[in-house]
Amino acid sequence: MFDIERWQEIFDTIRKNKLRTFLTGLSVASGIFILVILLGFGQGFRNGIANEFAQDAATSVWVWPGTTTKEYKGLNPGRNIELRNSDYEFSAELLKDDIELKSPRIFVRNVAVNYGNEALVYGVQGVSYQFQQIENAKMSEGRFISYQDEVNTAKVAVIGNKIAKDVFHEVETPMGEFIEISGIPFKIIGLFGETEDREEERIFIPKSTAQRVFNGGDRVNNLAYTLPMAENFDEAVANSIRFKSNLLSYLQQAHTVAPDDTNAIFVWSALEEAKRFYSLTDNIKLFFWFVGICTIIAGVVGVSNIMLIVVRERTKEIGIRKALGAKPWSIVGMILHESIFITAISGFTGLILSMALLEIAGPHIEVDYVMNPSVNFPVAVSTVFVLILAGAIAGFFPAWRAANIHTIDALRDE
Amino acid sequence: MIEIKELHKSYKMGANSLHVLKGLNFSIKEGELVAIMGSSGSGKSTLLNILGMLDEADTGDYTLDGVPIKNLNETKAAKYRNKFLGFIFQSFNLINYKSAMENVALPLYYQKVPRKQREEKALKYLTQVGLKEWAEHLPNELSGGQKQRVAIARAMAAEPKVLLADEPTGALDSKTSYEVMDLIQNINDQGNTILVVTHEEDIAQMCKRIVHLKDGVIVEDKKVEQVRAAQYVQ
Repeated sequence: MFDIERWQEIFDTIRKNKLRTFLTGLSVASGIFILVILLGFGQGFRNGIANEFAQDAATSVWVWPGTTTKEYKGLNPGRNIELRNSDYEFSAELLKDDIELKSPRIFVRNVAVNYGNEALVYGVQGVSYQFQQIENAKMSEGRFISYQDEVNTAKVAVIGNKIAKDVFHEVETPMGEFIEISGIPFKIIGLFGETEDREEERIFIPKSTAQRVFNGGDRVNNLAYTLPMAENFDEAVANSIRFKSNLLSYLQQAHTVAPDDTNAIFVWSALEEAKRFYSLTDNIKLFFWFVGICTIIAGVVGVSNIMLIVVRERTKEIGIRKALGAKPWSIVGMILHESIFITAISGFTGLILSMALLEIAGPHIEVDYVMNPSVNFPVAVSTVFVLILAGAIAGFFPAWRAANIHTIDALRDE
Repeated sequence: MIEIKELHKSYKMGANSLHVLKGLNFSIKEGELVAIMGSSGSGKSTLLNILGMLDEADTGDYTLDGVPIKNLNETKAAKYRNKFLGFIFQSFNLINYKSAMENVALPLYYQKVPRKQREEKALKYLTQVGLKEWAEHLPNELSGGQKQRVAIARAMAAEPKVLLADEPTGALDSKTSYEVMDLIQNINDQGNTILVVTHEEDIAQMCKRIVHLKDGVIVEDKKVEQVRAAQYVQ
């Protein structure tokens, strides 16, 4: 390895066989290049998917009531469960260590919504000031409902971009316009955007206003929470399962529901959805690994082929060297030394080029489902080593065979 | 220098066995220039391969410079070849991507001679064969005769005990052949032992002794009056 004479001999050979060296190097470099770009896009695909799926806050938990199906403590089945402000407030107090954000949701039903003479057919929902983050709604103009609005039972409304586009196309901006809900004017204070059109077809008003102005009493339709971010996904799932069961058992006791009655109160956690999405990206990752490994195999086959051809081409030279007194091992060593040197240099060249391309072009790629393709450096380096090793192994057997051919036969090789 | 006793060699070809060498006995002393003659199939190439340790005899003894050549593995054979023998081939067998000087220096590389000394020595032998000016040229820039002279310089570079030449003039025209034979005679005059396999009578006549092979046996072994090749060369 550190024999300077051997290095000189190898450099001589490389310098005087430029085309052969170039072709070997090119096949290795392009193999690595393609592999890294592919792995990079796999990662970009993952990033893109993660981005597309990031809608509602990932840790949100939702509660909605149903109908009892089991007799419990003398109460008949078939009872409709109604959630109250007390459920919201007590649950929030009881589980406050686990909760990050919270909001009830009150559906304002059977009311007419008008803008001027136009009747609107959008749902009106009373929510708390924290609901924006729970929904991951982005404000495109103005602001969301504030705590102050709740305290003052302010008659303000926040509408989705879709409504703004469909109804308020004649005014420059819906901001400051008034809509009438059941004849009562509400001032529009904000516009929000969502990832889906359907979710933009909603009008939010403060929860206190929804209950007092529209005779809602203290009824609420849904409870929504988000949990604090956990260290990792598994911990988040565990937290969410614990929170879900605590919340459910509290609500079951409060409403005298049998603990095994699954239709009375529903608790849904976004992490269940998230789990599906994580397994999807896991599958995508798996797929790209599969493609990557196939590419490596193709690279290995390519390098092996080149090595076979190189050794084949050098059979006569090997014969001459043997006639002049070269030992079989020194010939195998020389050929491997040379091929490892070439594969290593060109492999790293391909690696550097492809990483540079990903680094420069990656952040500028704006295609759906592909975002910031990048590659894990240790993974890329180890693939280069796999290819070098494969090249060495692939070169070894023909070199060994060539070194052991009878010298006369090798010399006769034309 | 070379001692051969009861040398037998046969090749198996399927069910048949071809008996090529049928008990050869002869010896070559230091400083001899011997031609081995015979038609194709007479066994002369097989004999040369055995002498060159490129092939091994079935039975019989072969002693080279007092060393019994027996039970050779590839590594040992390579060592002996490098130390004892210089080869000159019909088709020159130069490495085509190496310059004349590098080709001549190659056996020295396998003797682990340092680069500087290798080059000096190579140049010395190239000068001796009259190709000093061509040292940096690649084989394909040389004529056939020049290539063979490079090959001879290469065979000499390792300073072997015996030079083995397998049809050294087979690929050359007669004028060039005589030039090469002149060179071989000069090398022999300096005391080197040389064995030439040939089927050309005039080339054989330029040696000092002719061994005639026929069907695997020596039919004639005679000393001849050496014809100097120099008279045909201006």
